[in-house]
Amino acid sequence: MTSNMRWKVILVLLVLVLAAWRSSYTFRFLSMNETEKEQMAAEQLEDLKANSLSLGLDLQGGMHIVLEVDKEGLPADEAVDAMERAVEVITNRIDQFGVAEPSIQIEGENRIIVQLPGLKDEQRAKRLIGRTALLEFIAVAPPAETDIVLRSIDRALIDTLTASGELSLESETGLPLTEAEQLAKEHPFSIRARYLQQLPFFLERDVEWAQEQLERIDLDNVLPANPTDLSVPRYRIAWGQEARQFGTEERYRAFYVLEREAMLTGSAIVSADVRPGLDQENPNAPGVSMRLSRAGGRTFAKHTGSHIGEYLAVVLDGSVYKAPVIKSRIPAGTPTSITGGFTDEEAKDLAIVLRAGKLPAPMTVIEERTVGPSLGRDSITLGLRAMVIGFILVVIFMLVYYKASGGIAVAALVANLLIVIGIMATLPVNPRPALTLPGLAGLILTIGMAVDANVLIFERIREELRNQKTVRAAIRDGYERAFMTIMDANVTTLIAAAVLLRFGSGPVKGFGVTLSLGILASMFTAIVATRVVFDLITVKWNIKKLSI
Amino acid sequence: MEFLVGTKFNFLGHRRAAFILSAALILIGVVSIVVQGGLKLGIDFAGGVLLQVRFENPVSAEDIRSTLDAIGVEEAEIQHFGGNREAIIRMSAEWAEEHDAAGEVLTALDERMPDNPAEFMREELVGPKVGQELRGKAAMAILYALIGILIYISIRFEFKFAVGAVAALVHDVAITLGFFSLSGRGLTLPVIAALLTIVGYSLNDTIVIYDRIREDRRKLYGKSFVDIVNISLNESLSRTVVTSVTTLLVVLCLFIFGGEVIKDFAFALTIGIIVGTYSSIYVASPLVVEWQIAAEARKHRK
Repeated sequence: MTSNMRWKVILVLLVLVLAAWRSSYTFRFLSMNETEKEQMAAEQLEDLKANSLSLGLDLQGGMHIVLEVDKEGLPADEAVDAMERAVEVITNRIDQFGVAEPSIQIEGENRIIVQLPGLKDEQRAKRLIGRTALLEFIAVAPPAETDIVLRSIDRALIDTLTASGELSLESETGLPLTEAEQLAKEHPFSIRARYLQQLPFFLERDVEWAQEQLERIDLDNVLPANPTDLSVPRYRIAWGQEARQFGTEERYRAFYVLEREAMLTGSAIVSADVRPGLDQENPNAPGVSMRLSRAGGRTFAKHTGSHIGEYLAVVLDGSVYKAPVIKSRIPAGTPTSITGGFTDEEAKDLAIVLRAGKLPAPMTVIEERTVGPSLGRDSITLGLRAMVIGFILVVIFMLVYYKASGGIAVAALVANLLIVIGIMATLPVNPRPALTLPGLAGLILTIGMAVDANVLIFERIREELRNQKTVRAAIRDGYERAFMTIMDANVTTLIAAAVLLRFGSGPVKGFGVTLSLGILASMFTAIVATRVVFDLITVKWNIKKLSI
Repeated sequence: MEFLVGTKFNFLGHRRAAFILSAALILIGVVSIVVQGGLKLGIDFAGGVLLQVRFENPVSAEDIRSTLDAIGVEEAEIQHFGGNREAIIRMSAEWAEEHDAAGEVLTALDERMPDNPAEFMREELVGPKVGQELRGKAAMAILYALIGILIYISIRFEFKFAVGAVAALVHDVAITLGFFSLSGRGLTLPVIAALLTIVGYSLNDTIVIYDRIREDRRKLYGKSFVDIVNISLNESLSRTVVTSVTTLLVVLCLFIFGGEVIKDFAFALTIGIIVGTYSSIYVASPLVVEWQIAAEARKHRK
């Protein structure tokens, strides 16, 4: 044996041992069932997992969402780190929600990619991630002011409606107007309001109508101006979150005139917990109890002290959840709460969102791909089945067509798969390319294409043998002549695979990964490894007739 | 075991017939695409929402449709997916933007058919902006792949070979897309990946033959170019067929056993590999021959 050959043998053995060792973790991990995993020591399992191939979301089930952050309304100084803060807030929320190994990454200028593997309740997670959850404590305008606002809306609406010809203050029938008709004509908006404890309410079925009317008038100019800054109105309009039933009558929704400036916002909250019994009228209703920061507590105490007898609204994302009357000054340090028609889960999620902090800017989900756990399992089963059947067919074909040499090619194929899996399990963890369903398809395709290099070589060797060359010369020339062809042919597939790696995302990228690794590995196994085997055999036994 | 060794097929003699066959296949595809008002785009490119649900018992598309109508989802497209227990619901992104699509649809289905519970399998939502971006990305990917390949072949072979190879690629992609349109399948991201793989695979085949032509031109100096190409095609025939067989074996396994999710992808690969094998024999090399004949004719005229 020449020293050159000895080195080659050592190299091939080394690669094979490495590949077998690196891929053994994956095989062990994938072949374990849930109870076996539970019985294993946590540290050991962690180690096994870290050294295994990671499965893509399409195979293990899970959720991939892309969020777009709307930074437009942000002041320049806040926009700078808005993305980082958004990621932090989302990370906090997900941590509290409890997902194993979430991945949250910024992509480009204004996008965040969130990947949550093995998720059970994807809809809830989605709500939780994207929710703005703007909590505000806002003073409700005194009843007299509320009346003024309603009158102004009436007047503005009269102008709009008479201008469009929909309303005439005169009688249409010629008969003198009754008092009720007169009233209705002069108060086209507030005529539908009912008062309870000095607050206006609208019938639930009238709310949509009322909102349409408010959209028809220029509300910002109708509302009284802020005395300190005349360019903005002093108030804003908000609706009660929950409809209320008075006696046996129909359901009503409260109509609030709120101060434009919030007295306090959710940023002053330091802790939030779900607790029952926060609502005296409905003690079983879950609610969220909150503690305010020191400064927030002081503001709260000061406001409640000077506004006794007035309403204070607790507003979440623009809807009023409750608006109790301030009975006395609430000293700093007293917990405050929000209740109102939450389910247990909603209350829990709200507490999470309030604790984790507010998103710096609104976000929208622009892409989402969620795979349920059973589809993921199906895909693995079916993919592996296709792979095994394909593999067996190729093995049979190679053995029948190339006999013992075909056996060597099959061994090279097995080595090829071990190398690909070993490399994929060894690549740096973040972001380690995961095995996706198209990736599995790439691996299957590799089985078919990887033997190509050996087919090229074997066909050459057969040709050389037909030309009456000796076995050793035929092998030597066959490998040499086929080499350039193999290179040329594989480079083009690699170009296509590289493009997939560059432009693809998620699953498609996974295909590019297995395809390119498969081709690279096949160049080694088919050209170097099988050659070593052939050389060893022919040197050792001085074969006169090759089984090919 | 050996077959297709020492063959003397006159591939080039049939090249005109092959050109007509190729043209016809491409034409059928183009007609199908035009008649259907363009290629059908999957939600990756068109945007929208795709929902896959599995029922415990068989379910009719009408039951699903009436449920969707009741909750205000208009113009949903409903298809059975690998059997009549599973369905794919495709709807516009507009409705899903304001609703929790998967949750509301599943609840509505369960309320309507309480004895046939539905299980969530998959949801894909692609906003219109992302759909547009992905279209651009896919186009760029194909463009870059073609440019990269053209450059590589131009370096390794004469220009006329590069032209023949790229023409064969365009031929393969066009026919595969035509079959896609005929079978009513939609274009998705994995299908684009399959197309790129076909490009790589078909080229692989072509290059093996080109390599042989280059070698034989040196070896068989004095023979006519047409004869040389015919000899090269015959010499590499067994390899071409064997590799196609092994690749087709696995791709067919993927198509038959790989499950519904990967079916379109495997379909594209299957068609592409058959057409790619055909084109490396009947399109890529004959085009080089035509080019050579035309060039020689020009030389004689001078």
